[in-house]
Amino acid sequence: MEQNSPILYILLAILVTNLIRVLPMLLIKGPIRNTFLRSFLYYVPYVTLAVMTFPAIIETTLTPLAGVIALVVGLIAAWYGLGLFPVALICCIIVYLIDTLLPML
Amino acid sequence: MKGFDVKNESNVPLRNIAEGLRDGTPIALGYFAVAFSLGIIAKKAGLTAPLGFFSSFFTRASAGEYGVYTLVAIHATYVELIAMCLVTNLRYMLMSAALSQKLAPATSWFHRLLMACCITDEIFGISVNHRGYTPPAYTYSAALISSLFWAGGCATGIVAGGMLPTSIVAALSVALYGMFLAIIVPPARDDRNVLYALIASFLLSGICAVAPIVSQWSSGTRTILLTILISSVVAWLRPIKKRESNGTE
Repeated sequence: MEQNSPILYILLAILVTNLIRVLPMLLIKGPIRNTFLRSFLYYVPYVTLAVMTFPAIIETTLTPLAGVIALVVGLIAAWYGLGLFPVALICCIIVYLIDTLLPML
Repeated sequence: MKGFDVKNESNVPLRNIAEGLRDGTPIALGYFAVAFSLGIIAKKAGLTAPLGFFSSFFTRASAGEYGVYTLVAIHATYVELIAMCLVTNLRYMLMSAALSQKLAPATSWFHRLLMACCITDEIFGISVNHRGYTPPAYTYSAALISSLFWAGGCATGIVAGGMLPTSIVAALSVALYGMFLAIIVPPARDDRNVLYALIASFLLSGICAVAPIVSQWSSGTRTILLTILISSVVAWLRPIKKRESNGTE
């Protein structure tokens, strides 16, 4: 096998990844009538993001406690309607403070 | 962040662009942090900063790119690369199908294809939550600013790899999850079924991360399977009743 160039790998990855994105949009014409399918698609985004958030949020921080507190405070902040940026910022500050302060105790 | 109360219908392109940039900015900041750590992996695979920028700008897939760079590093076959792209990005198929329901019927094929190419977890999240039909200009502007930061973050990570303290990198990487929460929690307040779906997702995802066998699977695989399973069950038990704010019918 010839020496594989990173550029060829990357062009292939770009092609495949975007084909995956485009295909359903091309195949689905007009509104879907099937109630189950519409309900399924309605829940997909919430479920995907929830599954990706937990437990990953606890695994990325230096101490699990920082992730847990960021999750709880983030949930409360989001519940009370703070926007994307404030919630994200609050989570960052909490994690930074706990991760840097905790080892000093 | 308050005071942006938009009363008019979203048929003003400039307003859509401004809203897209506003909602895209926190995503962009989170992306920069995640892409930075991705750049450290890309460097190990032998990518230069310009190639990392190019690759990240046009791929825009966190788990997918991670998989690709690890395969490039070990000079895997092209078949393996394609399989990796399919598995790690399968959820984009579901998202594309869901987003197709949020486009105005008159939307041209050009816009449909370009909108589909914009899909990432977060851009999809804000696009599908746009009230009424999602204007393409909104998605484009949010995707553009976040993609630039994503690609810039990857290139910066390749150049400046291990220069930031780990405490800052760890704190920045949580920004993404904070954004996810801000997207999924408010609808759960209004729709009890979404709340049930979220609770089930958190519980099952937590269990699967520690359960035997399942925890050995990649997080991308678990995400796909749990999404299909939970969404199907909730859709079966709690079907939506009427059209969900999809504009006119």
